[in-house]
Amino acid sequence: MAEIVVKNVAKSFGAFQALHSIDLTIADQEFMVLLGASGCGKTTLLRIIAGLESPSQGEVWIGGRRVDQLPPRQRGISMVFQNYAVFPHLTVFENIAFGLRMKKLPQAEVRDRVERTAELMHIEQLLQRYSGQLSGGQRQRVAVARALAMEPDVILMDEPLSNLDALLRLEMRAELKGVLAGSKTTTIYVTHDQVEAMSLADRISVMNGGRIVQAASPVEVYRNPAARFVGSFIGNPPMNFIAATSDGDGRYRVAGLDLDGPAAAGPRLEFAIRPEDMTVAPGGLRAAVRVVEPLGAHTLVTCEVDGAVFRAVLDSDLRIAPGDELSLVPKPDRIRWFDPETSSAVPVAS
Amino acid sequence: MTEARSVDVPRPVSDITAAGRFLFVAGVVLLCAWVLVPIYLLLVNTLSSPQEVTGFPKTGLPSFNLGSLQFFAQFAGVGAALWNSVLVAVLTMILSIGIGAPAGYALSRFDFPGKGAFRMLVLMTRAFPLPLLALPIAVMFIRVGLDDTPIGLALVHTTLAIPFAVLITFSIFSGIPLELEEAAWTLGCNRLQAFHKVVLPLVLPGITASAIFAFTISWNEVFAASVLTVQNRTLTAFLLQSLNVSPLHLRFAGGAALVVPALVFIFAVRKYLFAMWGIANR
Amino acid sequence: MNNKSLPYLLLLPATLFLAVFFVYPFAQIAVQAFTAEQGFTLQHFDKMATNWKFWPSFWNTIILAAIVVPLQLVMALAMASIVAKLKTGRNSILYVFTIPLGLSDLAAGIIWLAIFEQSGFLSSMLVGLGVVDRPVLFLGYQNLWVIFIAVILAELWRATAIVMVILVSGMGLIPKEYYEAAEVFGAGPWKRFLKVTLPMLRPSLQTALILRTIAAFEVFAVVVALGGTSLPVLVGQTYDWQFNLRDSGGAAATALVILAISIAATLVFLRLLRTPRGATP
Repeated sequence: MAEIVVKNVAKSFGAFQALHSIDLTIADQEFMVLLGASGCGKTTLLRIIAGLESPSQGEVWIGGRRVDQLPPRQRGISMVFQNYAVFPHLTVFENIAFGLRMKKLPQAEVRDRVERTAELMHIEQLLQRYSGQLSGGQRQRVAVARALAMEPDVILMDEPLSNLDALLRLEMRAELKGVLAGSKTTTIYVTHDQVEAMSLADRISVMNGGRIVQAASPVEVYRNPAARFVGSFIGNPPMNFIAATSDGDGRYRVAGLDLDGPAAAGPRLEFAIRPEDMTVAPGGLRAAVRVVEPLGAHTLVTCEVDGAVFRAVLDSDLRIAPGDELSLVPKPDRIRWFDPETSSAVPVAS
Repeated sequence: MTEARSVDVPRPVSDITAAGRFLFVAGVVLLCAWVLVPIYLLLVNTLSSPQEVTGFPKTGLPSFNLGSLQFFAQFAGVGAALWNSVLVAVLTMILSIGIGAPAGYALSRFDFPGKGAFRMLVLMTRAFPLPLLALPIAVMFIRVGLDDTPIGLALVHTTLAIPFAVLITFSIFSGIPLELEEAAWTLGCNRLQAFHKVVLPLVLPGITASAIFAFTISWNEVFAASVLTVQNRTLTAFLLQSLNVSPLHLRFAGGAALVVPALVFIFAVRKYLFAMWGIANR
Repeated sequence: MNNKSLPYLLLLPATLFLAVFFVYPFAQIAVQAFTAEQGFTLQHFDKMATNWKFWPSFWNTIILAAIVVPLQLVMALAMASIVAKLKTGRNSILYVFTIPLGLSDLAAGIIWLAIFEQSGFLSSMLVGLGVVDRPVLFLGYQNLWVIFIAVILAELWRATAIVMVILVSGMGLIPKEYYEAAEVFGAGPWKRFLKVTLPMLRPSLQTALILRTIAAFEVFAVVVALGGTSLPVLVGQTYDWQFNLRDSGGAAATALVILAISIAATLVFLRLLRTPRGATP
């Protein structure tokens, strides 16, 4: 059992506040992804959980034990680093055995575990090589094998795939998902790549400016962003936003269109819709087409609505050219509303 | 280039490069000769008999007579001077690495208040003519009984070597990613174990190089050695002292005794010379 | 890791050492130069400046540095550029070029003594070529300028290597794209050297010049080996005051003069070759 609880953790580097009072619970065997742009504090949070950085305030609990004053070696964690951190003076075998030797396991068990994890990561042919003789992808495998061989309660991963080229990243992503699902460890995985986050996570914590903006399942994060930031950060192309003014009685005027909105909200809201949640039909938003980018299955159309950039992902059978006027009808159940003051979502139901 | 372009007459490229190539190679050969020939001439003198050394004219070829070297080896005080030089240099090497390497490590791994001030202190030593330190230190040593001792001179030589030791080890430690140490921590090491098992094996060649560099600094130093030693002279101090009174062949053999080990040292550290100056520049 | 005192612990030995063997002795030199039994005094400087050898030694030191350092810079730039162009044998040539780096000034003096002494290789060669008919006493006090030239040659020979090493490392830090960009915009090799290499090399040039100029002011053993006492220099004067005249006040005053010109040179180079803020690659 290794539930991770982060309580009221904050971190500042001099005058810079890297983390503002973070509260986060990660269930046993859960795969949690910390997602955000660079500088959002995700790596700092991971390093605080690992014990490589000490928090300015707050507590970290792993498996019911308070660990924030313990060094990394006493926390029951393993970590995979961004640049792999494969020891260059040791062979692959010795790298994987390193932590096991530190635990003073018997020789036979060390050998057994190294061979087992090497096989799992498909590097059993490379055991006698040095890291200088390995490709980036192979080094990545060694780093993961080294962490898995420890049979830790918790595996922490800091952008482990960011240094691989695109194709290899795709392959490793699928493999990691399979291996980690079988390993029964709690995983925290830091990335700035939303596709990686979506594909791997049980739950995603979207971070911005040293805060967790939303922690929820991938689909939830995508469909129901808790804040404007989440909507604009996740999804490619991101969500569209248009200012809306209340007509009273839960009706809102959006770029000349009258739409149903939240009943009990202020006079001003922001209307939001994902680019793929619109159809071309009469009586919609009036959009002036600027750029048309065919993507194969779909066509990405960049238009101007109400003086602002507005993107739609439309069926590629439609014949659209720059200069056209479109009428875009949003699917009613996919419309989201945000409060322009607080930037947080305003539910329709309430 | 500009003329060639304005008249726009295609010139055979191979001709230009052949001429340029010749000049280039000639320059390289000339510069190598400039460095090597004087050393060769010293060795010629060293490997000639005392009569040949004072004789005239010189042929420029060694007779491989060991007379000069024998005379040098048996000359009163030479053996002791050689021993003192080695002793002082080894002490300097141990002291400067023992004191400098921890500082280099701290500079490469930590950010802390006062770091800038310490760097300043180290860099400042470069702007000072350090051998002159020997003058007040000589007085200080007489008071504490360190005058005319190898350890006393080694302390002064360590002052010369420490700025280099700090900067070189700083650059060496900076070349080892912190991630490697952190990985060791997460794999069950404490700080000391991680240093011992991961950092040390990786920096050892570099540390050895900087130790040899410290040795060379001490081995070659003349002024402080002459000021601080009277009975226990090092080889440089001994040679300087006897320059006016000793025969030529003794000087040349002594010069060779200084040069030959230095050649070996520089060969041993050649890989690190450039890396360390690249970093030390900032 | 939460260990705030560790870096200070690691720095402590070096700091203490430099305090005892660097800061304190220099304070002592300064105090010694300005005090006598009755307290503050300028008598040591007075004594020093009126010594008949002081001004010759001062100017010899300055002129030597003024000739040697610029020549070294030019030679080192040439050597570094050659090394940068080398493809085969780069390491061997580099090793040969750096050999003098490991040699003491005394050894360098003795090496050039083998060439310049009366029965030495230069005399032998000149007689062999029939230029003169008997060995020439080059290094006598009557031929002060020959001693001067011999010292310059020995210094050039010995200490150009350190400048080259610094410049080669500096050149290694200049990204190749700058040269390629300059070439695309039509700069020839010479223009590229002037417009890319030199400006980008500014920090290395600064380091090399400071280091070498200070070392040039400390010239001592080369001069003694080649000229004995015929060519006085400042460090030699310091040595004389301390040992032959047994007057540590005079020695301290002379040492302070060397320190003063060293610091002045450092400040000049720091100012002259400063890199504008944000102009680093």
